[in-house]
Amino acid sequence: MARAPKKKPLTTTQKRYQEKVRKLQPRPTLFRNAILAFITGGIVCVIGQFITDLYKMLLGLSSAEAGNPAVATMIFIGALLTGLGVFDNLAKYAGAGLAVPVTGFANSVVSSALEFKREGLVLGVGSKMFMLAGSVITFGVVTAFFIGLIYAIFIY
Amino acid sequence: MEAKIYLFSFLVGGLICMAAQLVLDLTRFTPGHVLAGLTVLGGILGGFGIYDSLVDFAGAGATMPISSFGNTLVKGAISEAQKHGVIGVLTGMFELTSTGITAAIVFGFLTAIIFHPKG
Amino acid sequence: MGKKVGKQTFVIDTQPAIINTATVVGPFEGKGPLKEYFDHIYTDNLAGELSFEKAEKEMMLNACFTALTKAGKTPQEIDLFLAGDLLNQIITSGFSALELTIPFLGLYGACSTSAEGLAIASMIIESGCASNILVATSSHNSSAERQYRYPTEYGSHKKPFSQRTVTGAGAAIVSKEGNGPKITHVTIGKVEDLACKDPLNLGAAMAPAAASTLVQHFADTGRGPEYYDLIVSGDLGKFGHQLAIELAISQGGFDLSKNFKDCGLMLYDLEKQDVHAGASGCASSAVVTYGYLYKKLLDGTYKRLLLTATGALHSPISCQQGENIPSIAHSVSIEMI
Repeated sequence: MARAPKKKPLTTTQKRYQEKVRKLQPRPTLFRNAILAFITGGIVCVIGQFITDLYKMLLGLSSAEAGNPAVATMIFIGALLTGLGVFDNLAKYAGAGLAVPVTGFANSVVSSALEFKREGLVLGVGSKMFMLAGSVITFGVVTAFFIGLIYAIFIY
Repeated sequence: MEAKIYLFSFLVGGLICMAAQLVLDLTRFTPGHVLAGLTVLGGILGGFGIYDSLVDFAGAGATMPISSFGNTLVKGAISEAQKHGVIGVLTGMFELTSTGITAAIVFGFLTAIIFHPKG
Repeated sequence: MGKKVGKQTFVIDTQPAIINTATVVGPFEGKGPLKEYFDHIYTDNLAGELSFEKAEKEMMLNACFTALTKAGKTPQEIDLFLAGDLLNQIITSGFSALELTIPFLGLYGACSTSAEGLAIASMIIESGCASNILVATSSHNSSAERQYRYPTEYGSHKKPFSQRTVTGAGAAIVSKEGNGPKITHVTIGKVEDLACKDPLNLGAAMAPAAASTLVQHFADTGRGPEYYDLIVSGDLGKFGHQLAIELAISQGGFDLSKNFKDCGLMLYDLEKQDVHAGASGCASSAVVTYGYLYKKLLDGTYKRLLLTATGALHSPISCQQGENIPSIAHSVSIEMI
């Protein structure tokens, strides 16, 4: 663990100013943002469900088996929308509704890869691709490692 | 049955996204923090076996959000751990999630080759 | 000979003139209410170049060459080129200087660079070392976005107090002799820190610097806010502008509510263009003062202008390490005499 940074105590002027900023700061339109995220997030998941059912019907897969190609398809859609420059304009309204489903994961990978293509395929695209999505993978894997370890040692 | 799963996937998926939006608006956490947090939460719920019940109930409403990524990582790690113990945790980690990561890398690379950032 | 009055203000006796200016902006800025006052509006964010960084350099060079042409001067007649921008190692300015072949001093004052350039240019002219100085600054929405925030195609929700970095560049020629608005006083700011940490809320972080420099300027010169026809800040945005007015009252008892405007609020149509709290970036104050306000000074609408450009002196790394956002502001009195 990194050493916790030393916290400098705030001066009275700083404290007073921060109180003022908090009081006057314009608030996000909470209700509107929440509703938009709910609706768009819901729609993305319904599309995902539809694609899952489609794979089930067309390829005769079980629900669990159809999940993987459905996720890949959603990632493809997110990547395409990002490449076309549409995703960021949609996300202005949808917020977490597009960011939380796998479409958002795709967007964070693809937008980073795209943005750094001018710095070259190896040093740009290759190494910057996971600069935003990396934390999701890291924390997911570390969590899964410890939970798996607990299972391996204590339960089996 | 058919219609019900669509309704529940809309409601559950929407609620997860709405909760994330509220955290973004009410705290100073960045999207990176919130998504990593959701992944960890999905992993923990997966460890207790709760997330799979949610998937049975809500279908894509539970498999599409990023929390599902945490859950499938944990599932892969646990199922191999049952067979091979501690080594299984390492070998099984990406067993079920490789589709998502591979798709993201391949599509990300191809998109970067084909398109230009518009600014 | 110039002298220091009070704590932070320098009187410029030679009163150098801003003999000409030029401004160029990107397509989005070209749709705003000030579009008629710019020399060139690009139709493409890339300005025909291969990257956003190269586009920004093209914009700064274009502004510089346009200003030189309008003033009827060649680069050889200019003694010094003072420029700064937002990119790491101020590459826009360095690469522009390479092509201008004018002796170059790089500036970094973040978004306060437009005022910092005018201040340093007039002080060098006052010293007698130089007679013609070209100052320039630029910013580009996409190059700033990818350096300070996220990739440009990343879908993120903006907060209501966030501001849009301006795509554009401004250049001005300051001369010992010649016609045009004169620089009479400069007040160099101190770095302020009132514990703001949110890099998306720069207006709040910079308002204390604006208020402190303004209050000091009034105290040092004995002029009140009413001496000026217009006091203009660089890019405080809607929220920072309001905070600066309140701070000026509480810190020095100066009422700014009558003639205090913000370039960041003038450049865009806040109702129709999706820019949240207004404009930000080096180019915000540069294109508004060197473009719109310069022409308004020449046509007599304003006679006494006080430019107070603010800058936030943070980097993504300092913010991630938990540091506060320090800020600075410089004031320049520009008067028609």
